[in-house]
Amino acid sequence: MRNMFAETLYEIGSKDPRIFIVVADISPAGSMAKFREECPDRFINVGVAEQSMVGICAGLALNGCQPFAYTIATFALYRPFEMVRDDLGYQNLPVTIVGIGGGVVYSTLGGTHHAQEDIAVASAIPNMSVIAPCDSLEAREATRYCATQKSGPIYLRLGKAGEPVLTQSAIEPWRFGKLRYLRRGEDVCILSYGLVLGKAAELADRLEEQGRSVSLVSASTLKPLDRPGIEGVLSSHEQVVVIEEHAPQGGLAAQTKQIAWDIRAQCRLNTYTLQDQFIHCYGSHDDLLAAHGIDVGKIESDLGGLRAR
Amino acid sequence: MAFDLGAARQRCLEHRRRILEISQRVSALHIAPAFSCLEIVDTIYYGLRNQDGRTNDRVILSKGHGCMAQYTVLESLGILPREDLERYCTPEGRLGAHPDYGTPGIEASTGSLGHGLSIAVGIACAERARGGDGRAFAVLSDGEVQEGSTWEAVLMASTLRTTNLIAFIDNNDFQSLGRTSETHPTFYPLEDKFRAFGWDAIEVCGHDAQAICEAVSSRSGDKPLVLICKTVKGRGVSYMENVPIWHYRAPNPEEYQLALSELREITS
Repeated sequence: MRNMFAETLYEIGSKDPRIFIVVADISPAGSMAKFREECPDRFINVGVAEQSMVGICAGLALNGCQPFAYTIATFALYRPFEMVRDDLGYQNLPVTIVGIGGGVVYSTLGGTHHAQEDIAVASAIPNMSVIAPCDSLEAREATRYCATQKSGPIYLRLGKAGEPVLTQSAIEPWRFGKLRYLRRGEDVCILSYGLVLGKAAELADRLEEQGRSVSLVSASTLKPLDRPGIEGVLSSHEQVVVIEEHAPQGGLAAQTKQIAWDIRAQCRLNTYTLQDQFIHCYGSHDDLLAAHGIDVGKIESDLGGLRAR
Repeated sequence: MAFDLGAARQRCLEHRRRILEISQRVSALHIAPAFSCLEIVDTIYYGLRNQDGRTNDRVILSKGHGCMAQYTVLESLGILPREDLERYCTPEGRLGAHPDYGTPGIEASTGSLGHGLSIAVGIACAERARGGDGRAFAVLSDGEVQEGSTWEAVLMASTLRTTNLIAFIDNNDFQSLGRTSETHPTFYPLEDKFRAFGWDAIEVCGHDAQAICEAVSSRSGDKPLVLICKTVKGRGVSYMENVPIWHYRAPNPEEYQLALSELREITS
């Protein structure tokens, strides 16, 4: 995902002189190194100075540029939060804050590196859009959107490198602000976004093996959330499952519940999120997700049990 | 256009009168911080901005609470209509007690301290990358030099060699609660700190337009420039000068009359 982001931004940025990449002590690999070499005036490494990273991006945008701020998600969003809010949100500038390793991807690095409430934090800022692609193909589409849009700041949550591709046979194209059906069924709909959509796909396979007809939906735009799309999901399935690598508050699960209440949805709705806790667990990404209760086997048996009741 | 010092002094007298006049309708304004940076802001707009054929100079008032100085200068330039200042801090108007980007003449929203210098660095970088000759002028309070984010920007300006950036520190030695030098006994010397970070630093009288212009035009070298502008908080009204309460307070009618009777052109 990270490499596709860099490659896409290189393709666009090497031709568009408005594109700047401002990183905070992140080693530029692959295409980003190429961008730095070919466009040294438009690649800035601020070092370990994230407030300055965001402020400089604001200044670049105020002078007609389209900057990307790029570092580990927690440092991109939490450390310079007031700069993100005031300089980007309040002034409504077309700056993309790229958070690498959103969720608990940095599974051995501990809570300081876990952006487990980033969607809620970013979404709370007026004018801010929030996008979390699920694989490199969606990352490419999202990056293209971010590089050309004029509507305001975006928080782009990415994973790291080497994630599986999940959307090669999606039945709908990626569009900003829209839910995207990857497959369409009639009984159950699984809503997810970001890396953990891989778990959602695995669950979808298992439910299909049980004979259920399953929709799998990527909700990569978290803000503005596709409310009519969510209403459609809730109205056209007997069961909706949200799987989300994010705290229970302020993300997709919470908003789906709210919409379900608003429209008096008749479907069953189950949500699986990260816990509202700092969990002191070190291991693989899967280990961390499991520690938070996101485990496909467990969810499957949980849903089976719920169905039987 | 040669800079007319006499006209500048007369303008700043009018700006002070205008700010005091507004203070009798709306008490939510920072008079003393505005009086402190008035000559700096007036000089930037009338003596430095877009001189020598430039068209893309930008002015960032990082100490946003001093915005009455910027509003009155923008009004005198005809950039802000008179009605805007008449409707200051009212629901019918669009000017508040901190400047908002999008208002005519306001080039960045400020109000929270420690933001403006990084923004100015970004503006300067964009200008240089496109080969433009525009400069970024940033006016900072001395209080906000305490923000860590300001020092991130100081370091970055030096690293990026943004020679088209000029910072002005409104060094009145006061912050909300008292003297800056008492809050932080090691705050001074400021010039040495900036020089240690790779800047050119010049100390000037911040109420002397000519000194400010000369310092900017005398610059050489390939470093960002900071003017440490020695100022008096509340300059021009004796009972406001160096008295912390006037950071926030507006004068009552008697105090207002007294202030008007005291105002003179400031000659140094």
